[in-house]
Amino acid sequence: MKFTLSWLEEHLITDATVDQIAETLTRIGLEVEEVWNPGETMKQFVVGHVVEAKQHPNADRLRVCMVDNGTETVQVVCGAPNARTGMKGVFAASGTTIPGTGMELRATKIRGESSNGMLCSEREMGLSDEHDGIIELPEDAPIGQSFAPVMGLDDPVFDVAITPNRQDCLGVYGIARDLAAAGLGELRAFRPDIVRGAFDSPIKVSLDLFPDDAKDACPCFVGRHFRGVKNGPSPVWMQRRLRAIGLRPISALVDITNYVTYDLGRPLHVFDAAHVTGDIRPRLARKGEKLQALNGKAYELDETMTVIADEAKAEGLGGVMGGEESGCTETTTDVFLEVALFDPLRTAATGRKLQIDSDARYRFERGVDPAMVLPGAEHATRLILDLCGGEASELVIAGSPEVPAKEVVFRPERTATLGGLELDADRQAEILETLGFGLDRGDPDRWRVTVPSWRTDVDGEADIVEEVTRIHGLDEVPSVPLPREHVISHPSLTVGQRRVPRAKRALASRSLVECVTWSFTSSSLAALFGGDRSLLLANPISADLDEMRPSILPNLLAAAQRNQARGFPDLALFEVGPAYRDMTPDGQDIVAGGIRVGQMVGRAWTGGARAVDVFDAKADALAALAAAGAPVDSLQVVAEAPAWYHPGQSGTLRLGPQNVLAWFGTLHPRVVEALDVKGPAVGFEVFVEKTPLPKAKPGRAKTRVELLPLQAVERDFAFVVPKDVAADAILRAARSADKKLIDGAEVFDVYTGTGVPDDAKSVAIAVRLQPRDRTLTDAEIDAVAAKVVAAVTKATGASLRG
Amino acid sequence: MQSEKIEALSQELLSAVAAAGDLAALEELRVRALGRKGQVTELMKGLGQMSADERKVAGPALNQLKNQVGDAISARRDALHGAELDARLAAERVDVTLPVRPAMSDGRIHPVSQVMDEIAAIWADMGFVIAEGPDIEDDFHNFTALNIPPEHPARQMHDTFYFPAQGDDAPMLLRTHTSPVQVRTMVNQEPPIRIIVPGRTYRCDSDMTHTPMFHQLEGLVIDRTTHLGHLKGVLEAFCKAFFEVDELEMRFRPSYFPFTEPSVEVDIRCDRSGGELKIGEGDDWLEILGSGMVHPRVLSACGVDPEEYQGFAFGMGIDRVAMLKYGIPDLREFFECDLRWLRHYGFAALDLPTLAGGLTR
Repeated sequence: MKFTLSWLEEHLITDATVDQIAETLTRIGLEVEEVWNPGETMKQFVVGHVVEAKQHPNADRLRVCMVDNGTETVQVVCGAPNARTGMKGVFAASGTTIPGTGMELRATKIRGESSNGMLCSEREMGLSDEHDGIIELPEDAPIGQSFAPVMGLDDPVFDVAITPNRQDCLGVYGIARDLAAAGLGELRAFRPDIVRGAFDSPIKVSLDLFPDDAKDACPCFVGRHFRGVKNGPSPVWMQRRLRAIGLRPISALVDITNYVTYDLGRPLHVFDAAHVTGDIRPRLARKGEKLQALNGKAYELDETMTVIADEAKAEGLGGVMGGEESGCTETTTDVFLEVALFDPLRTAATGRKLQIDSDARYRFERGVDPAMVLPGAEHATRLILDLCGGEASELVIAGSPEVPAKEVVFRPERTATLGGLELDADRQAEILETLGFGLDRGDPDRWRVTVPSWRTDVDGEADIVEEVTRIHGLDEVPSVPLPREHVISHPSLTVGQRRVPRAKRALASRSLVECVTWSFTSSSLAALFGGDRSLLLANPISADLDEMRPSILPNLLAAAQRNQARGFPDLALFEVGPAYRDMTPDGQDIVAGGIRVGQMVGRAWTGGARAVDVFDAKADALAALAAAGAPVDSLQVVAEAPAWYHPGQSGTLRLGPQNVLAWFGTLHPRVVEALDVKGPAVGFEVFVEKTPLPKAKPGRAKTRVELLPLQAVERDFAFVVPKDVAADAILRAARSADKKLIDGAEVFDVYTGTGVPDDAKSVAIAVRLQPRDRTLTDAEIDAVAAKVVAAVTKATGASLRG
Repeated sequence: MQSEKIEALSQELLSAVAAAGDLAALEELRVRALGRKGQVTELMKGLGQMSADERKVAGPALNQLKNQVGDAISARRDALHGAELDARLAAERVDVTLPVRPAMSDGRIHPVSQVMDEIAAIWADMGFVIAEGPDIEDDFHNFTALNIPPEHPARQMHDTFYFPAQGDDAPMLLRTHTSPVQVRTMVNQEPPIRIIVPGRTYRCDSDMTHTPMFHQLEGLVIDRTTHLGHLKGVLEAFCKAFFEVDELEMRFRPSYFPFTEPSVEVDIRCDRSGGELKIGEGDDWLEILGSGMVHPRVLSACGVDPEEYQGFAFGMGIDRVAMLKYGIPDLREFFECDLRWLRHYGFAALDLPTLAGGLTR
């Protein structure tokens, strides 16, 4: 919402400076986005006097002008047809930048004649599209002075962001009222002349075509017929104001409607009566009905839309835009004024459906002051008669602008208990009354507050508190700390929530770099990771972000591909975030997913270079699980994983068949290829929330540690087993051979080749024995070793390697 | 005679010790002199045949000889050991300017995660706990319960991502803010409530300063007495703690959100001169969050009696405050996963923000 200082001063008696006004506007919730004074920005453009203009010797269309700019007389070559001796124009010196074109002027020669500056058109000054000739200033314009005041351009412009609830401030008058309440001046009450009609309107209005369930579409319509008007250009003052706020003056009648829209926040429409057939009968549009709107575009309407129709057809879209055919032109002599109310919701829906943004729609969808229908009609009448002449009919009134006044019970103490502001009751009353609220303070603790018609947003006690605090000043509300609930604060994360940051830091400590990628991915990639198109977006931001990701891995692989393209072949990336199964609140899992691509250990002078492999991914998964608190030692490892993993190099970590905690593995070559990643690539997905929570314990004490004084003994065994026997099975059997003495068992070598049958492998394990009460004798150690061999043989069909 | 013999042997042996070139020669010499059949040992064996007077003289002399030779051998051994070690160490010299093994490069924590941890530390100190909710929401939680009925202009401002409608139900959507978690919390929990809600939020918008996904922090306090002054107090405390400045001028402006009444936007003092943003100084303002007292209609929609309870809510962009605090210029880079960016703006795994140890290193 834009307006100028002089426009504001039509409604507000004030001696406040521009800065004070801007500061106050922002302070009371009308946020100033920008204030500028065109007079300031155009200061260097001065009134120039064309002392002499003669024909350019080498060009028919050009003139050579001698221009007195107040300090010297310079030669300017000018192409404007109206450049002539004796005129006064806007002179731009060499070195200035022309606002309308952004070009910097330079002294130059045009067809052999030197040119030291320019006489400017309105377009060149950024004032309008006018470019048929240069600006002509009045004869008494002071030579050498800034031209801006001469043209009334030194009027500061305010651009204010109006929040959707404050339609009353979509007119300069409403803004003046708020400023007056804030103590910045006195509001000039708006009291339009009542014009007595000279005749009965030949065009009548009825609202009876609306069905019962749509009576609210247009509850009130006030019309007035004018005859004998002359639709020339509007006066200079009106054009200046409209231009200053970015509107293009068109003709007096059109300019009046725009002016009143911005002046009072009251949109109007004027029909060319010659193009109205019979009476005006607003109604719902018919499905498929066509309208050529004032913006030159054709629209197809439907039965949810409100049209202003005559007896022949739709002439305008109610509350949105008029029709082209019945629009006013220079030849218009008889017009019909429309001042109506339209249902905000229907107006919004219509505008959205047809994609029409207009000043009228903007106001009607936010709710126009119903009490302004009649005054608005009278005010527009006065302007039409003053600017276009002619005579006005009696008003034609259909429906009722009467809206029952809202009343709110307000406890003045709420300003303190809700607004945090201790404020004297009289001061509160003063604020409300200046804003136009009616007060009944009969019960000093429970005021009856009547809400003014223009404040459609106010309907509760909290709204009244807001009005009082906003106008008195939020800065005046003292800051108070929240009372502490505990002397020492408690953790903000539950035990379960702590799993996420811990998993993140565990992975980062393993050289993985954390990414944050979109929650969406492309449906074609999603399909490779179990996506079933059930979570496609209806309006994706782009075709390659059209489905909620079923896994984090496709986005990480895409990130790897981008980084490889930047020259980073080896990558270790992870993300902890959601993956989606379905639309229910429980249908998303927090997954710690990661990938490693390329070399795990790079080329180095120390040697040891190697590519990433499945065991790197397994280690990452175990680290994340350990950090999240999973019982890593008792996890089952099974050689199963979803289809995006290598079927022979992947696994599942789980607590049971129904409780999968993680997948890991080499990524399937098909997937890696689809993402254009240069492998090898491995990955893991840890379901952070599936890790069991620690059992609630009364204290934090740990179990006692057992520090046995006896030295542990290690014994090695090499077993030959069929190739498909899992190492895990050998270890489990070995560990269970003597639970009392055996403290642990680990694999330290796996061998295939000479000395081992083709379908078998040799697995070497080290078993650690921890004596409990005395040193073990050789015989005792041999006995345990025999038990280990027996157990492993029984469980896996192994034989001890000779 | 005996003493001359001892003296001669002493000189012979000591010069032989001094001449021993390596440990093996020295050992051979030791055996030759002090071994069971060594020269000194043999002489000592002869003491038994001597007269008492002779023994009185020869005994101490031989003992002295034995000790002298023994000490000399031991000293020579140490010297030879040292020389041998020096030689070995000299041969073992490496080029210490060579780089270390490349096994584990540095991992990184994303700035969003880091800032979430910072935020959690600060709000924990003010008694807030973290609440969470789903990204895929329904119309009720994202809009209706928050006093944004259908056709409300605010809905258009939200640029919502929708899923295809199923049946007559309003289509499911991606939450446009973290505020639905306010609703879920109030529906499920009796006041008093003090929560913060960090999370992913979505708007169908993409340009220089907008990404279709971003992170928001929601805060909610519901009890019987919390008012606008408390809202100002906690937000001032948070901003000072988060930006780690003691003096931070803030501006509270009346504004409008459907779910709060009164509604307040909050700016912080900043300086934009010189192309660099400085927090807490200068003569410019920067909007950092929206807030207000929870609208009575929102309380009612969540089954909380607005006659009995009240409180405030606020929301701010986590990515945005991360950008401000750490001088990160472009929001879109947060989600680009450029390794160079992540290494530069990311944090070490052990940089865990705490109030005791400082939020930032």
